This record gives sequence, structure tokens and C-alpha cells, in this order.
Amino acid sequence: MKVKPRAYVMVSVDADTVVIGAREVKNRLAAEIGQRGLSDEVRVIETGSFGPANAGVVVAVMPDEIVYGNLTIDSIARLVEEHFVKGRPVRDWILQGEHPLPDPETADPRQLQHFGRIVLDNCGRIDPDSIEESIANDGYFALGKALTEMTPAAVIEEIKESGLRGRGGAGFPTGLKWSFCASQKADIKYVVCNADEGEPGTFKDRLIMEGDPHKVIEGMALCGYSMGATQGYIYIRGEYRLSIERMRAAIDAARKHGLLGRNIMESGFDFDIEIKIGAGAYVCGEETALIESMEGKRGIPRVKPPFPAHKGFRGKPTNVNNVETLANVPFIIRNGSAAFRAIGAAGMPGTKVYTILGHINRSGLIEVPTSVTLRDVLNDYAGGMQSGTFKMAQLGGTAGELLGPEMLDVPLNADALAKTGHALGSGAILFMNVTIGVCDFLHACIKFFAHESCGNCNPCRNGMAALLELTERLKKGKGYPGDVELMEELVMEMKSIAFCPLGQSPAAPVLSALRYFRDEVRAGIDPSAIRPKPDHTLRTLLTLGKQG
Amino acid sequence: MTVGEIVKKHGNDRENLLSILHDIQAGSPDNSLHQDALEELAKLMKVTISDIVGTASFYTMFSLKPRGRHIIRLCESPPCYIAGEENILAALERKLGVTLGGTTADGMFTLEATSCLGACGVAPVMMVDEEVYGHLTESKAVEIVERIAVV
Repeated sequence: MKVKPRAYVMVSVDADTVVIGAREVKNRLAAEIGQRGLSDEVRVIETGSFGPANAGVVVAVMPDEIVYGNLTIDSIARLVEEHFVKGRPVRDWILQGEHPLPDPETADPRQLQHFGRIVLDNCGRIDPDSIEESIANDGYFALGKALTEMTPAAVIEEIKESGLRGRGGAGFPTGLKWSFCASQKADIKYVVCNADEGEPGTFKDRLIMEGDPHKVIEGMALCGYSMGATQGYIYIRGEYRLSIERMRAAIDAARKHGLLGRNIMESGFDFDIEIKIGAGAYVCGEETALIESMEGKRGIPRVKPPFPAHKGFRGKPTNVNNVETLANVPFIIRNGSAAFRAIGAAGMPGTKVYTILGHINRSGLIEVPTSVTLRDVLNDYAGGMQSGTFKMAQLGGTAGELLGPEMLDVPLNADALAKTGHALGSGAILFMNVTIGVCDFLHACIKFFAHESCGNCNPCRNGMAALLELTERLKKGKGYPGDVELMEELVMEMKSIAFCPLGQSPAAPVLSALRYFRDEVRAGIDPSAIRPKPDHTLRTLLTLGKQG
Repeated sequence: MTVGEIVKKHGNDRENLLSILHDIQAGSPDNSLHQDALEELAKLMKVTISDIVGTASFYTMFSLKPRGRHIIRLCESPPCYIAGEENILAALERKLGVTLGGTTADGMFTLEATSCLGACGVAPVMMVDEEVYGHLTESKAVEIVERIAVV
């Protein structure tokens, strides 16, 4: 007779924890539980990350709602003996802080709202390699609903109504974007999921793909149905091995279950997905560069218009969305746009997934309503600063802006931030204490851009080289008088004339740094330094003026 | 696999160029794309060699220069930077006797910098071949290199 397990032990296995031995811990746990004859009662499940990073190998025991952190294979014997044989949790190893985890036994859709998670509701709760567990947790329910009860136009209308905006950084209304592609007449249309997550400090898409790959597939299929697209591609960074593995397994499973392929759920709708693997180029996150790369070329952004909705992959209408955006779609179709609008801020409803990092007590993955402030994130989710006082936070990765202490109370959504002259960006928050110098940090940011500049347009290619010199001088305290103004002018120029968002990006960290820390940047100038003639920086700029 | 077999596996459609280059490089003894292999590829795909070199040189994961048996990719993006990446780099440069981008005289290691590996939860991070190592300290980074050098 099959016994219903009394406990589920969920081992969080993602690319971070694999590095520190999560698989070994999981195997040892299963072996130890087997040796004790508890295999029927206690089930060990491999899940994606459910949030905490920097806490070693994390294991959650459900329904006890106990989360252990920093486990090693040596701790397993004691853990099993105490917790599962004697029934006493090992207090010393329990991870402190809030880790809201839903109960795996009671899958009630209303729980999602209770826990405030739309995108990550299954991450850490289900086995990502099991399509059955996804289906048991409402996976593909929205697709079934759309295919049987809704017209494609009704799907687009629902997404428009929901107010969903792109979660890749630009925040464009998703329903509107879909309608562009839907209105095109073509023999074939494509849906592309942008999983070329290269923004430093951002790895939310990786954890979504590793934790709940079926949600991404379902979002893509819904997108395809709404606009009459029959082929989907997911473009994943070459460095994301585990994401590629799990997405590939999930696509195969969905095909076997008739949830991808021909005549899905006997509705007459055909849709399939293929994986494209990147080769290391940040600029490929820009949608037209991504399409070029998918076609096997250099990933150089195209001139827009024509936009991908008219001429995209192979010259056909193509809709490109970020992983997180697509992962929001099943919830909206399943529960209706009103349920989605009820969460978060009015101008940008729903939740936002962030990776929170830096000098904080609890770094990791969080999903929060779009109405929370930076201070809420720091105090309630990050557990405050680990050491030193808060100096600044960079919002949205390296191409994001620095926010000083006076911005702690701004709500983290596109509208509220725009009012204060800021942008939301990709979904990373890097908290920094007073030990980090602004010039040093700017130099690290520019180093990244200079490396990733694709070389296509002059303002970006030469501008980055000049910025690299400028920030290096300022970092060493050897800036020439006038360097700060030069840097300011340069990034503004690049913002207005660079070909794609990459070349426009340095303006965000540089101008915001000057807004909050101008005096500190100025301190990088050596008043006695005399600008050499000819000045190398100025010469690069001059070339820029002539050719750019 | 020979270049011909790799092209056959993927098809000689332009769209498959990146996958083909990934496979060619993986099969090379020094982690790089050789001129003769690319020339053969150009013929098979019916494109010019400059087109192929132009595409390959665009992407960080491909190298046209011979590299060491093992490739160390140290992340130098801001989250790793604030966690002390510069000290790790200095320690690795001292240990290997090369500067960034260089290959050790014995052809064992190439030291490269990389953009974000998306493993910021365990910063600072480096990738050696396919393996990611996190929570690096100067001594831990050196130890990892020593351990690999013995194998």
C-alpha cells in the first residue's frame, strides 16, 4: 500500500547552490532517509531556488515550514536523526528571517495572492523536472482555458486590461505589443522568449527557468495563440547550463503530454518551441540584436523601424518578451485581469521579481508587489545592512541608476520612479555601504560597458574608451580639472546619439552618481594636475565629433 | 567530430552557425577556433571566411587565438567587484604568472575576465571550464587552480 508522505524535504538546487554541493546534500539526504526506512514517509524533492542566497545549501521541510540553511553532507545524519526520527527540529541550523513558503499539500490558487507570488509561486515548491507537479499546481490550466473558452483577441484584451508591462527593463505595455504582431498578416509568425539575461546582478530569469520552466512554456504558448504564431524560440545565454537543461527537459515533457506540438488539446492550435543558445554578448539582450544572433550573425542591433512585430526573425512578424513577462501571463488568464490589477501599484500592477545583493543580511530572489519601497526591500526582505550604513543602491543592474539615501521611500515601480527622474530597469538591486567609493564603482560599471560595446556605432565605441580613462583617473584621484563636466557632457551626448540602449546606458549610473554624490566624484580631481596636450581622452572625443 | 560531421549534424543553414562554432571549439585541443577549420566551414556553408571570422570574433565565448587547456573566467561585474574581485584577480595573476588574457607558459591555463555569470548570490565568482566556483577568497582561488593543475 502506498503511504501518503508525512513530510516533504525540498532541496533548493539552482546554479548557485550546485556550486556548493546541493546535489550531494540531496543524495545524502535521500540515502540517509532510505537507511532509516523512512522513504515512504519522507519524500526528498529537488526544487529550484525559493529565495535565500548566501545561505549555503537550503532545505525546506514541509508542512512543518522549517527552513534549514548552510547544510553540508556532514550535517545530514544528525538532521535526519533529530528531525525525522525524534521529531525535534535542529534549532541551530534553522535559517532566521521570513521565508514565506506555501504548503505543497494544499494547492489553492488563492494562496498565490496570500503569498504575493505570481511568478515564483511554484519555485521551490515543485520538482521542475516533473510536468505532473506543474499541472497539479495549475500549470497549463490557463492554456486550456484560453484554447477552449477564449478567442485570440480575448486573450490580448485580457492582457491589455491587466496592465501588464514588460519586465525586461523598458516597461512597455505587453498587451499593446502583442496586438502589433497580431494585426500582421503573414504565413508564419514567431514568439521569442528573451532569456539572454546578461545584466550584471540580475539572475531572476535564470531562477524562474530553473524553478518553474513550464510556466515560461505556458506563457509562450498563450502568447502564440493570441497572435497566431506557431513557432516559439527561447534564446538562453550560453553560460546558463542548468537553465538550458531544465528548459529542454520541460519542452520534451510538454510535447509528450500534447501541450506543445500539433493540435494542442484538440483545439486545432499548433505551437512548438525550440531553444537557441547564445555565445556571450550582452548587447544580444536588445531584441533586434537577439534576432540577428538567432539568425547566426553578429549580434548587432538593427535599425528600427521596421520593428520586429513587422519584420523580425527571418523577416517575419516576431514578438519578443522577457522570461518574467511571459511567466506572468498564465496567472492573468487563469484568474482574470482584475485579480492581477488588485496587486501592486495602479500604474504598473502585479509584482516584480528582484535579485537583491550586496552588503545586506539576506541576499537572494524576492517577488514583491510593485507598491513596495526601497526601504521595505532593505528592511523586510534583505534583513537590513550587514555591515556599515547604507550609502547607495543600484537599481536594475549595471545599466541602472544609483539611488542615494534620500530615495529610500520611493515605491519601486516605473511610474513612481519616473516622477523622480529614475527608471526601474531589469530587476536587480545592489545595496552598498559606505566602504564603496562612487568613482571606484563607476569605473567597474564602465569597464563592463566598454567590454560589451559591440563596436557598431562610434558614440558607444569611442565614448566607452573615453569614459574608461576618465573614471580610472577619477578613481585614482588624478582627474584633471574639468573632467567631471567632461564626463557629464559625454554621457548625455552618448544617450542622445548612440545607436542602441547599450551606448545610452552609462548615462544612468554616471548622471545619478553626480546627482547624489557630486562632491565625492569631484574629490577625484587633482587641482594641480595639468591636462596634457594633446589629451588622449579629448582626442577620442574629437574623433567622436567628426565621425559620429 | 570533423567540421564536416558537425555541419551535417546541425545543417549548413546560416542560422546554425553559432551552434556549429560552439561544437568546433569544444572539439579543439586548445579551446579555440582554428583558421583551417574555419576555412573548411566557410566552404561548407558557402559564405566567406571573413564573414565567419567576423561573427566568431563578436562573441566572448569564442576565441580565435589558441588558449590554455583550462579557461579561468573571473567575473568582474559590479556585484563581484564590490565583493572583492580585484584582489582575487591579483592573486590569480601572481599565481599563474600571467596578466589578464594571458596563457601560462605550460599551456595549462588561460586567465580571462567575464561579464556577469548570474551567480551573484555566491559572489565573487569564477568559472573554470564548465564549473562555477563561488564565495572566492584569494587563497581559495589559488587552491582551486592548484587542484586543477595536478589532475
